Amino acid sequence: MESIPVEHGLILAAILFSIGLIGVLTRRNIVFVLMSLEIMLNAGGLAFIVGASRWGHAEGQIMFLMILTLAAAEVAVGLGLIIQMFRRYKTVDINVLSEMKG
Amino acid sequence: MQDLIWLLPTYPVLGFFVLVLTAGRLPKNIVAIIGAGSVGLSFFTAVIIATQFLSSGENYFIKEVWTWMAVGNFSPGFNFYLDGLSLVMMLVITGVGFLIHLYATGYMADDPSYSRFFSYMNLFVAAMLMLVLGDNLVVLYLGWEGVGLCSYLLIGFWYINPDNGYAARKAFVVTRVGDTAMALGLFLLFTELDTLNIQDMLYAAESEWEVGNDLAVAAALLLLGGAVGKSAQLPLQTWLPDAMAGPTPISALIHAATMVTAGVYLIARTHILFELAPSVQELVGWVGLITLLMAGFIALTQSDIKRILAFSTMSQIGYMFLALGVGAWSAGIFHLMTHAFFKALLFLASGTVILSLHHEQNIFKMGALRQKLPVSFFSFLIGSLALTAFPYTSGYFSKDEILIAAHGLEGPGIIFFYGGVLGAFLTGIYTFRLFFIVFFGDSNAAHPPEKEYGGWNMNGPLILLMILSLVGGFIAVPLDPVFGHHEEHHVSGLLHGFMIAVPLVGIAISFLFFYTKTFSVEKLMSNTFAQTLHKFWNNGWGFDWLYDRFIVFPFLWLARINRADIVDGFYTLIVEISRTANVMIVKTQTGYLRWYALSIAAGLLLLITIGVLL
Amino acid sequence: MILVWLIGVLFLGGIIAWLSERLNPNYPRLIALITVLLDLVLMLTLLGAEPAIGGWVAAIDAPWIPRFSISFYLAADGLSVLLLLLTAFLGVIAIGSAWDEIKVRAGFFYFNLLWTLAGVLGVFTALDLFLFFFFWEVMLIPMYFIIAIWGHENKNYAAMKFFIFTQVTGMLMLVSILMLAYFHYLQNGFVSFNYHDLLTVETRGPLEMWIMLGFFIAFTTKLPSVPFHSWLPDAHSQAPTAGSVILAGILLKTGAYGLIRFAVPLFPEASKSFAPFAMTLAAISILYCAKVAFAQTDIKRLIAYTSVSHMGFVTLGVYAWNEQALQGAIMTMLAHGISAAALFMLAGGLQHRIHTRNMLDMGGFWAKVPRMAVVVLFFSIAALGMPGLGNFIGEFLALLGAFRANIPLTVISAFGLIFASVYSLWVIQKVFHGEYTNSEFDDSHLTDLTHREMVYYATMIIGLIWMGMYPQSFLALSQPVLLDLISSTEEIVNIVVQN
Repeated sequence: MESIPVEHGLILAAILFSIGLIGVLTRRNIVFVLMSLEIMLNAGGLAFIVGASRWGHAEGQIMFLMILTLAAAEVAVGLGLIIQMFRRYKTVDINVLSEMKG
Repeated sequence: MQDLIWLLPTYPVLGFFVLVLTAGRLPKNIVAIIGAGSVGLSFFTAVIIATQFLSSGENYFIKEVWTWMAVGNFSPGFNFYLDGLSLVMMLVITGVGFLIHLYATGYMADDPSYSRFFSYMNLFVAAMLMLVLGDNLVVLYLGWEGVGLCSYLLIGFWYINPDNGYAARKAFVVTRVGDTAMALGLFLLFTELDTLNIQDMLYAAESEWEVGNDLAVAAALLLLGGAVGKSAQLPLQTWLPDAMAGPTPISALIHAATMVTAGVYLIARTHILFELAPSVQELVGWVGLITLLMAGFIALTQSDIKRILAFSTMSQIGYMFLALGVGAWSAGIFHLMTHAFFKALLFLASGTVILSLHHEQNIFKMGALRQKLPVSFFSFLIGSLALTAFPYTSGYFSKDEILIAAHGLEGPGIIFFYGGVLGAFLTGIYTFRLFFIVFFGDSNAAHPPEKEYGGWNMNGPLILLMILSLVGGFIAVPLDPVFGHHEEHHVSGLLHGFMIAVPLVGIAISFLFFYTKTFSVEKLMSNTFAQTLHKFWNNGWGFDWLYDRFIVFPFLWLARINRADIVDGFYTLIVEISRTANVMIVKTQTGYLRWYALSIAAGLLLLITIGVLL
Repeated sequence: MILVWLIGVLFLGGIIAWLSERLNPNYPRLIALITVLLDLVLMLTLLGAEPAIGGWVAAIDAPWIPRFSISFYLAADGLSVLLLLLTAFLGVIAIGSAWDEIKVRAGFFYFNLLWTLAGVLGVFTALDLFLFFFFWEVMLIPMYFIIAIWGHENKNYAAMKFFIFTQVTGMLMLVSILMLAYFHYLQNGFVSFNYHDLLTVETRGPLEMWIMLGFFIAFTTKLPSVPFHSWLPDAHSQAPTAGSVILAGILLKTGAYGLIRFAVPLFPEASKSFAPFAMTLAAISILYCAKVAFAQTDIKRLIAYTSVSHMGFVTLGVYAWNEQALQGAIMTMLAHGISAAALFMLAGGLQHRIHTRNMLDMGGFWAKVPRMAVVVLFFSIAALGMPGLGNFIGEFLALLGAFRANIPLTVISAFGLIFASVYSLWVIQKVFHGEYTNSEFDDSHLTDLTHREMVYYATMIIGLIWMGMYPQSFLALSQPVLLDLISSTEEIVNIVVQN
């Protein structure tokens, strides 16, 4: 099987990561921020997979599994926080949460 | 018995401690007994010691008490040294001191701080005795500072009036300037000669330094600095007139008879050093001459009875300095002694006048007191005659010796001589100006006296001092072993007559101006030149003004602008810089999550870019 | 062993005092007093002890951190004993001054007080430089609490300033200590913090100067000397009276002790070339701080600045480094310890009575509180260097010795004697002379000194007179130590010169 070139995989990962980053930076709705974070995590995961297949190692896949669990845990905690936030502030606008300014 | 010399300062010190520890709880007559009695005991002991010493035929006597400190080769002791010079000083201090104490028991009788007064007085006598009896310069310095302290305490005795406190501080600080010079002189002497024991030091100086040696000059100059401070000579003379703020017995004891003459004692004591530095010795003479003339002119214009006497004291100490400057050591000390008699007499008598007139000190508010105050009148008469060197009074002999010695000196001697004679002329005028205005003419007193103030304890000392002022000139002072026998100077009979006549002319002028009123002071003062001169002299030749402008005000100004301590400003600046930095950096802490994410991303990008480029 | 007891008793007493507050709020002060008195008695046994080789009357050397050959090495010679006695004496006085003043959290207060004293005792006896540094810090932190908790209106600022100044410069000293130990490692193959070992380290060249400066800055900050003095007026004006007593009477002396024991002997050559600068700083301290003192209106700030001025004589004496100068420095330390402590107590007592430190509000107190007036007068004239009292001996000897080393700077410093009279008499004038006024404060509590207070002042007065009239009993203790130090540094300098 003709393998997909490593570059393609990495470029895809980079594009996904950028999309996620831009999402994090531009969206004010915290649900979308969380979703963008997921995209970034998965971009990272993709990079691991690409690397693993390039070198024929299993470590990359192990790392991806780690990232999956991490993402799941993060979403769980994140959604919980979002619900708390909505209860308290009646909004999901992340800019409201700026009480920690110096 | 001579071994008991340590008792001399011990009695007054004990008196001091008893009075301080009882803190005014003792009744006044007990305080008087302790205060005056301790000095009386000292005098009694001093007389016994003196007779023994003189009959023993020894030239000096040393009593070692204990080693004060021993640090390397520096080991001054609390030792007493008695020779002709310290003998004279010791007797003057305890004798005149006792009379003044006795007088003060009456003078201060109404004062609520009676006990405090006598405790200071006793401490003063003790310190003064340490000054003249110490065998080394450190003990001398102890006494030197001690008398300065007592002078401060007693000038500021009536502390309620801030002016008195100011005068006291001025006296202390100005003399401290001189004291510091003297301390430096001590350091120099010790560094060069390895001892501060006076006799050893003088011996070492004589053997190590030839005449005119730079170090000898420097050391003598520094000691002279101390002497002019304590003795109120140019240029540190400004404190003495203000010191008259103290009670009158203080002015008699400290600011006329004893403490202010300490400078004369110091120079006489270290005269070998001054002989090694002839330029400084000549300077001593010049200082004396200028001071005696300056003070004489000032005294002509004063109206406060005590200030006139203060300037006269300054002037008479000028004579002593003049004597030292021409090498007439014995004459200087002799004049010190006679001056102690007649100036104490004048001050104490002025005290009686002041009290009788309910604390009036302005001579123009007195007048016609001759009959009302007979004791004061005779005291003033005799004191004034002695002061103006009227033939065969005590002052005549001593001043005569000084002037003749000055005449015998080559070089500046002739200036010293005629300057001294001019000073005697001024003395005649200002002394009898005071005398005639106070005791003759019309009464200008606001509260004319009913009777003369004082009982036996005040009049007794006055009478004794009158006798001493009259016949004190016949006392033979045993100073030859100390200073060596000097050749007798002689002047021609004509010149001697001139010397005697000049002060009499001064008295005559005073007589015409202030008694017969043949000449009018108003007429003399009518032109502006005379008025300006009067004002200038009245303000003490502008020295206070000068020192205020160039020393006191700049110091105060410096103190005021730097109250907050500029060094602290540097540390405050560091604090301010970090605070500003904090404020600026805090701005980046917006609290917006997205802002943080952006900065992380941007930072990452930056790092990667740098990594790629490098 | 007795040295361990001395320090241990204080540490222990501090803890007991703290705990005892729960039983009765009056216990802590009693326990503190007993502890310090016990210490004083223990110290007196040192006076009778026969000195061993090197003049050490007591010593203990036990391994502490053997990995870096850091040992628990305490030893006392005549110099240390003098300062130990001063510490315990002023410790008693400080407790006395706090007796009625400290009501809040008294247990913790006496805990801090005793621990500070313990730290000071450690500093005066430690001969292992690591241990020395340890005690240096031990005395700092409780002192910080004393100022920060029981201080006056601006206490946090003052406590912080005190802490930062001493901490930063302490760090410099730590760096220097470590470098010294490292040099020892380079030259002998093993690390050592032992004082005697480090004396043999040859740190020649430019580095010696830098390492020496680390010590010098730490010690002159504590002393303090211009330009590191500005923490002192704030600390003093804000500290409670007992804090001021400890600070002025004892803590400042650790700086001087450090200079004599460590800074100069460890780096004789660098110190010799640095001496003119140090003496210049001393002269500036003396004159500058005397002038600033005169301008103050806060009576405690004024006394604080005079302390800096007087400590200048110590620096001057130490860097003149001859017997007279060093004895002068030590006598100044002892006498100033007592006179400054007394003046701070008097100022504190006045503040306690009328709740102001501003001299412009005061005047004419002589008639109102005559006993206090006399006591203030006594300590003021002691401070201005009246012969017959301890301060004179110190300053006179310091200047006498300094005159041999550097004439111009001595002459300049001597002007300090004049300035001292200016500010001392100004206090008397402003507070006690003049017409009595009480327009600016409530004088219902302005009472004269109590009998208990008079006892403290009387002992201090006797102490100063003793020092002034028979200083030999103090000079004799420190003399052998100083002669040793001088000869050993001279030897090293001579060797260097020959090479």
